[in-house]
Parts: sequence; C-alpha cells; structure tokens
Amino acid sequence: MSEPMSEPMSDVLDRSIRFGSNAGQPLTRRDGIAKVTGTATFAADNLPDGLLHAVYLPATIARGRVTKLDVDAARAHPGVVAVYTPENRPPLQGDPDDKPTMFSFRIEVLQDDTVRYAGQPIALVLGETLEAATEGARLLNPDYDMQTPRTGLDDGDPFDVEPGGFGRPAGTTHGDIDAGHAAAAKAIDVTYRTASQYHNAMETHAIVAQWDGDQLLLDVPTQALNMTCAAYAYFFGIPVENVTVRSPYLGGGFGSKAIPVGPSVLAILAARASGRPVKLMLTRQQMFGPVAHRGATRQRLRLGIGDDAALTVLDHDSLSETSTFDDFHEPAANASQGLYAAGAIRSSHRGVRLDIGTPGPMRAPGEASGAAALECAMDEMAEAAGMDPLEFRLKNYAETEPGTGKPYSSKALRDCYLQGAERFGWAGRPMAPRQMQDEDGLLTGWGMGTALFPAPMFAAEARATLRADGSALVETSAADMGQGSWTSLAQIAADSLGLSMDQLEFHAGHSSLPDGGVAGGSGHTATAGGALHAAGRDTIRQLGELAAGDPASPLYGAGNASLVAQHGRLFVEGDPGRGESFTDILSRAGVPELIGSGKAARPPEAGQRHAMYSHGAVFAEVKVDPELCQMRVSRLVGAFAAGRIINPKLAESQLMGGMIWGIGFALHEEAKHDPRTGRILNADFAGYHVPVNADVCGLEVVTVHEDDPFVNPLGIKGVGEIGIVGTVGAIGNAIRHATGHRIRRFPIRIEDLLTA
Amino acid sequence: MKMFDFAQPATLDEAIGAWEPGAAWLGGGTNLVDLMKTGAVQPAKLIDISRLPGLAGIDELDDGATRIGALVRNADLAGDPAFAGRYPMVAEALLSGASGQLRNAATVAGNLMQYPRDAYFPGPEPDPMADASSLSVLGAGGEPVTVHPSDFCVPLVALDAVVEILGPDGPREIALADLYQPGEPRTTLIPGELVTALRLPAAAAEFRANCRYLKVRDRTSFAFAMASAAASLRMDGPHIAEARLSLGAVAPKPWRVAEAEALLKGQAPGADLFARAADAAMAGAQPVGGNGWKIELARRTAARALAMAAAGTPADMPALPASPFGNQTGDLAHV
Repeated sequence: MSEPMSEPMSDVLDRSIRFGSNAGQPLTRRDGIAKVTGTATFAADNLPDGLLHAVYLPATIARGRVTKLDVDAARAHPGVVAVYTPENRPPLQGDPDDKPTMFSFRIEVLQDDTVRYAGQPIALVLGETLEAATEGARLLNPDYDMQTPRTGLDDGDPFDVEPGGFGRPAGTTHGDIDAGHAAAAKAIDVTYRTASQYHNAMETHAIVAQWDGDQLLLDVPTQALNMTCAAYAYFFGIPVENVTVRSPYLGGGFGSKAIPVGPSVLAILAARASGRPVKLMLTRQQMFGPVAHRGATRQRLRLGIGDDAALTVLDHDSLSETSTFDDFHEPAANASQGLYAAGAIRSSHRGVRLDIGTPGPMRAPGEASGAAALECAMDEMAEAAGMDPLEFRLKNYAETEPGTGKPYSSKALRDCYLQGAERFGWAGRPMAPRQMQDEDGLLTGWGMGTALFPAPMFAAEARATLRADGSALVETSAADMGQGSWTSLAQIAADSLGLSMDQLEFHAGHSSLPDGGVAGGSGHTATAGGALHAAGRDTIRQLGELAAGDPASPLYGAGNASLVAQHGRLFVEGDPGRGESFTDILSRAGVPELIGSGKAARPPEAGQRHAMYSHGAVFAEVKVDPELCQMRVSRLVGAFAAGRIINPKLAESQLMGGMIWGIGFALHEEAKHDPRTGRILNADFAGYHVPVNADVCGLEVVTVHEDDPFVNPLGIKGVGEIGIVGTVGAIGNAIRHATGHRIRRFPIRIEDLLTA
Repeated sequence: MKMFDFAQPATLDEAIGAWEPGAAWLGGGTNLVDLMKTGAVQPAKLIDISRLPGLAGIDELDDGATRIGALVRNADLAGDPAFAGRYPMVAEALLSGASGQLRNAATVAGNLMQYPRDAYFPGPEPDPMADASSLSVLGAGGEPVTVHPSDFCVPLVALDAVVEILGPDGPREIALADLYQPGEPRTTLIPGELVTALRLPAAAAEFRANCRYLKVRDRTSFAFAMASAAASLRMDGPHIAEARLSLGAVAPKPWRVAEAEALLKGQAPGADLFARAADAAMAGAQPVGGNGWKIELARRTAARALAMAAAGTPADMPALPASPFGNQTGDLAHV
C-alpha cells in the first residue's frame, strides 16, 4: 500500500465497529452501583493481615534544614513501630533523583535534612494504628533552620526553559514576528496571571505495599499501571515482572496519579524494612505538596491585526513557576499554537525556581491556563477591532494548522461555534459591556472562548479470548480513573468481537494484563480502545480462518476479508443468511477458545501528515451583583467536536466535569503561601475552594458530529481535558461584558471587581 | 491523634462534675473533631454531652421568649416552623452556614463556641501581607485579628440573645454580646462552664415582618462570609420605630452597630438613609494589610440588607438563603 496509514482502515471489522451496536450507545457506567454502594475496592480499602500504618511528617517551612526531630518521643508513643528520618532511612537501589519513566520527576524520600518545599516529607512513622502513627509524627515536633522562602513569581530570576521532554516545553516561532508587529494597524499588549492550583481528586493518594521475598504487590491508584511497575521496580532494584499493581478503581487522577511520588516510595520502603504490609494514605492537607500541582503563570500576549482584522501576529510568552530541583513548566504559551491563522506566531516559555514542590501535569496542562489568557486577549483584540468576539474568531479561523500548513485530520470547530452560539442564543449580544441586567437587577454578561486540545495516542496492548460458549474475555491493564473507561472500552471490545455487552467479560486495572498504556493526555480511549479493537479483530480473523477452512461451514471458502461479526454470528457481508454462530464454528472445530492479541499506537508518519486536535467553543453567561460584586456563572454551553463519541453519556459527563473545573479555575482555585514560612495557608477544602453545586447551573454540552478517518482506525479523539479549555476565558470575557471591568488574573475575586 | 480520656455523663450535674483542666465538651463535633484530627486542638479529655437529656428543646416561654436548648441541631432549629416564623432572619442565617450535612450535626451552642477559622489557624499569627480577607476591620485596632466566622451569631446579637450557662458554681446568664472578648481566652466563660441554652426575648419576634440576613462570599454556598449583615426593622406606619443592625465577618465578634440603629430610628426607609446608616456602621473601620475593600464591601452589604429588610421578609425561605442570588428562579433549594 502506498499510503498505508493516512487512509482509513477499511476492512470489514473496522466497519463493523464503526457502526457497531454497542459503541455510540449512552450506556450507564458499569461500576456505578459498586461505587455508590461501597463494594468497589479502592486501594486504601485493602487491609491485609499484619498491616502497619505509615504517616509522614510534612515540612511546615518551604526552605531550610530540619535541625531537630524528637525521635525518642515518637518511638516511645504506644503503638509506634518505627520512625524513619534521613539518619536511618533504609537504602534505595535506584537514585530518587533519577527518572525511570517518561512521566517521572525527582522525588523526596528522606535523602537529607534539606527542606525544599512545604509539605515535603521529613520523617515517616509506622504504627500499629493510624492514630498511633499520626500522633507519633506529631510528637516529632521538628525544629528548623529556616531561610526566607521564595514562593512568588517575582521571587526568582526568570530563565529560558530549555526544551527537552515532558514539562520542558519548546518555544516555537512561525513567520516573521517583528514584521507581524510592524504590520499591525491595531495592537494590544496585555499580561494575565493564573494561580497555583492543586489537584484534589476525591480519593487522595494511597498505597498498600506488601513484599513477599523480592516480589512486590501494590494496591495503588494509578493512571499508568505498567509505568508504575517500572518506576518502583527501578527504585527497589527488582525486575519489573516482580512488581504487581492492582488498580481497579481510581477516585480521580487528573494527572497527579500518572507520576511516581515520594510518599509511595516511602511506604514501600517501610514495608520492606518492617517485613509487614504497609498502608499510607495522604490526608487532604498532604495533597498540597509532594504530588504535583499546576504551576502559577504570568503570561504576556501581544496581538496585532491589520485593517481587515486579520491577526498579523500572535506573540505569547509565559513565565511559570517550577521547583528548585526539577522542571515542570506549565506549557501555557503552546495554547497559541494550532488555533488561529495569524501571520506570525511565537510561543515562548520562561521559568522561575521557587521553594515549591515540582509542578506537574494537571488536567489540560498548558492548554487550560494558556487558553485562559489567550481567549481573553482575543476578546480584547476583538473589542479594539470593534468586532463581535465570535465574528473576530471566525475571521481568524485557521483552515490549516498555522505555521506548519498541515491539514487538520478533521476540524469541526466552525460547527462548534455555530451550534454552540445557536444553543446559547449568542445572536443579539450587545457589543458594548454593561448593557444587560436581569429582572433582579443583576448585571448580566456573555462571553465565549475557543477550546483546542491535541488528540494524541500512546501505546497499548490487549488480549481477547473467545470462548466455546460464545462469550469472550477481553483484557488490558487500562485504568479507569473515574471517567468510565471500564464501560466505554468494553463497548469498543464488544463491537470488535460482534458481541453484546452481557457476553463480554472485561478485565482491566491489573498489571499482569497486557499493557493498557496511560490514562492521560486525553488519549486513553483511542489508545487502549484501539488495542482492544485490534485484539478482537485478531480473534475474529482466527475464527474466520477456522470457518473458511471447514467444508462443513456455510462460510467454507469465503474470503476472510468479506466476513462480518455481529450478534455472536459470523456471516458474509451483504448476505447475512450465509453464516453461522461463533459457538457452531468453535464446537465443530473442537477449539475451546481462540486468543487474539492487539496493539495500538499511531505511526509517526500519520502525525506528520495531519494536525490532530479536538475542538470546542464555550459560551458563558455570568450574573454579577452590581454593588456586592458577587459573581455566578448562570449558564455555560460547550459545543465540542472530538471525533467519534463511544459513549455519549460518559463523554458528556467528562466534558461537563472539565467545564465545571473551568468555573473553579476562573473564580475559585488558588493556593496561597505564607510569605514568612512558605507553607500553603489554605491547604484544605475550607480554604481552597472549588465550585459547589450551587455554583453550577445551566450547564449544557453539545457534541458536534465529526468523522475523522485519519486520527486512528476508530476515529476517536478524546474528551478528557478539553472541557476546561476555553471555559476560563469565556467566563473572564463574560465578566468583562457584564461589568465593563477587564480583570487580568485568575481566579477573579469579589475584591477585584470592588476595586476595579 | 493524641490519646484522650472519654467521659459520657448521664446527667448535666455529672457532666459539670466530670470537667477537669484540659477537658473539652463534645456536642455535634463538627468543629472540635475536625480540629483534633489536624492536631490544632488537643484536649486531654472529651466529655460527650450530646446525649444529655433536656438540652434539645425549642420552647416558647411564658414571657414570650424562646428558649433553645444547647444541643438543638442547626438544621432542626432552622426547620422549626414556629421558630422560623418568629425569627426568620435567624433561620436564614442558619441556612446560609456550612452545608446540609454539617447543619444536621452541628449544635446551637457549638456554633456560639466555634473557633475563628482563617488560613492561619491554629498558628502562626496571621500575616496581613499573605491574606487579609479574614482579618478584622472593626474592633481590632488595625491589628491582624481573625474575624468571628459565625453566621448564626450575627442576627442573634442584633436580637439581644441571652446565653444560659451552668458551671461548678451554679447557673448564670449573660448577653451573647458579652460572651466574646479579645485575645485568649476567646470567651468570658469560666473554665468548666457549659452553655446550656440560648434565649431570644419576646421583643425579638417583633421584627419578623422586616428582617433579612445577607451573606457575601466568593462562592455561592459552603463558604465563610467575606461580609454579612443582619438587618431588622420594626415599622410604625411609614417610619422605622426601631432598627437592629449587626455585621458578620468584619470583627473578632459578631458586631452590633448601635450608631446605625440610632440613626435609623424614627426615619422613613430609603436608599439614602440606609447608605448613611451603613456609613455609620463602618465609621470606625481600619483596614489591615490590603483589605480596605472589605470595609467597602461590608458597607454595601449593610445597606443592601437594610433595603431587603425594608422590602419585607419573604413568605418563603429563598432557594439560596442569604445570597444575592437567592431570588433567581431555577435554583435548587439546598435546605
């Protein structure tokens, strides 16, 4: 084949799944009842015999040294079994500064007495009970030699981010930036700030570690089971096959559970040293420190337009915080790549080293914070041009990827704009701000934002076993982090085998299964789903060969390429009468089971040929009390085109979740540091606010049909992260429209409007 | 968690007898247990009073006053039709506080005794440069002192609530306004004393037709106030016969403003009058750190609450009690 990967896969099995009877159905999540009745076993629910509880002591300063720990007092407390400090921490076989996987950062596991950020573990206490270990940790009562902490973006010298892998975003320039600035008839130069935010999945990080000789069994919520095995095998110097990870359920991950973390290593270490199983679960307060966060940014956007309102330049620079000992830079400026047809586009990233835990990937890393600034800047530019925000975006619509000129594999963004605007009722929006009031006298404003998110694929494997009774077992280690992949992946698998859901047994969430890859980057359904599809297809291919080679079969002599598997039958395409059931084929052949395997990954040349993104448009209505300045998002309509939607109910739920997080980003989430100690002052849910139900009203999701023959054989993009993108800017723009005030920081607070 | 003794007395007298230095009373536990888990407070002994008989009634007394037992749950008090009818502003304040789950567990007396909660609690001392949003602008002389966090107490001080107390030396009672004092200890309770009831005088019910509680916060529910106000008017034809005004989240204690009340008395309600009353209420305010905006917010909140009270108490509890968005249709009542 001359164009092997750019054409849609067109064999019969692909067609059967594209129009399968399971995919596309809004099935209710299969784990729902188990979760709401408490029978789902989360990691911390595992209580093996002899279990010890581990509690670590977090540093309450951000910079300095631990000079004293009252280890004797802790050891003397009834029920305390062991106390580990840098002085007696058992050795690790792998250097904690090393990065054993592509999603690894340096971890703190009691290497020395240095404190590099508040919340860093500085000691670990093992106890017979959680209470004993907790009190033991408290009794350690540390003394510090404290240095002035650096926790704000102005507290360090900015440096250019050196590109190189995860968390070190490359800057990109397309076109002549100087010429673009020079050609601008109108220009804006604006700076936006976004706050430091912390992932707070409902389930905090937890681990139960058990050693049996050099075999390690871990119950731990992880978005990447096999990568987790590899990381911990490295640190403990054992072969990766000696590590078993069970992770059937996650109470949310959001990127934080995709990376190996120090507290988990400490728990495994304590289990090995004590010879007993050890459980460690982070408190809510401990989530603010060693398990990554979204770093604060300050973004400068310089936009220029010609007389025709076409962008001559889009120049986006982002300054982001990272730790003193590692690099993860929120790739915010990259949000300006790939979206608008500017004459010249530049993204640049600079960093500042602060006394904070290393940031990490948090739902739509880069896109969320970058689009927050970009979409507000686009509105500021539209206002300067005297244009409606939607009209201005359509004016600068990119028909091919800006800079590269690559065609999009699919791009239904125009439909997103139009369908979203229609549903929202955008037409008739007054151009000038502060024109609308509701019957209660509340200022009302409408704003919008564009959403863009890449459609990546990682690598995954799967296995499909067709049994003599016509049922099937499909297996992959893929994680369901709460988004419902245990359901949507099973839908794909069922269609690939031509079975109904109740004939399918789906095993996932265990590292002994074929590597399901990473639930991250919004690529999980495409990747693990692709592997499951390939495995099912391989199984049916074998079944077809059996039948076609069996003179007793009605399919004898039929070419495999023309066979269709549906409803437990294999038949000739276009001639459903010529066929027979799976069970008939298998029983006549005397074959107890057929095992197929499959892999999925995107060939590099496919990505070189097409630009691949999900798109969306978010429309927000806000109400603002004109005197009290309290704000509320009263309506939020998001229209998204994300390729083929496997399960509309779950996809809508994912998109809604992202949009709700957008409300939190725009109006609530912000970690604040004490300038004296550097500790995070609001490290709990009383102080660190996320939206509550009463903040979320009028939420609507529109999924726009999109057929993508290039992104992968199943036409799947992803919906995990794009919901948050665009929403933040839409809310900021709506507040501007309601009040006339342009607030250039997130979250936007009552006092910002009061003092504007 | 630090080890502690646990006592479960059967009677009030046994409870008083069980007290010793370092002990703490356990009612609903929504504040105390939370703080024990984080290590913020570490009592040596817990005396569980939650099962004591006779402390969970809501009774109308012969003199027209209402007596509320210390163990009445916040949700039960707000949901009591007779109580909510007589003191709708108190019910509105209760329903604007915390969440449904917490209101079901939290007790009336515990609400009076709750710890101030800012980002700094239980230490170090607040630094106004980091976050001054929960620091007092009244009653603290410009020092960084955390505001009192209660919603419930704000209308109570306006309505002259009285606290009934039992201690080793017998019963006594004080005005709620006199319960709080600057510094430590935070209340005028003598160690070993227990709040047994709260009383609202008969006169407090005379404001029922024109009283509102308004709470401004940075999310729509389940957040402490940034500023709040309880406004009550007793109307005599077109004039205000008597006014009560108190503010929340601006001072180390629920803050009653007599100057504003005096200014309102005998006047015809109107925006100008309410603005002047709000100015008077905040006349002595001093910002700390960068929280000057809080003074303006409290001023506007007071003026709005007065206007809402003048417009009349609504027949039904708003869907979002005490919220500027409470009148919107389509909201889910979170009672």
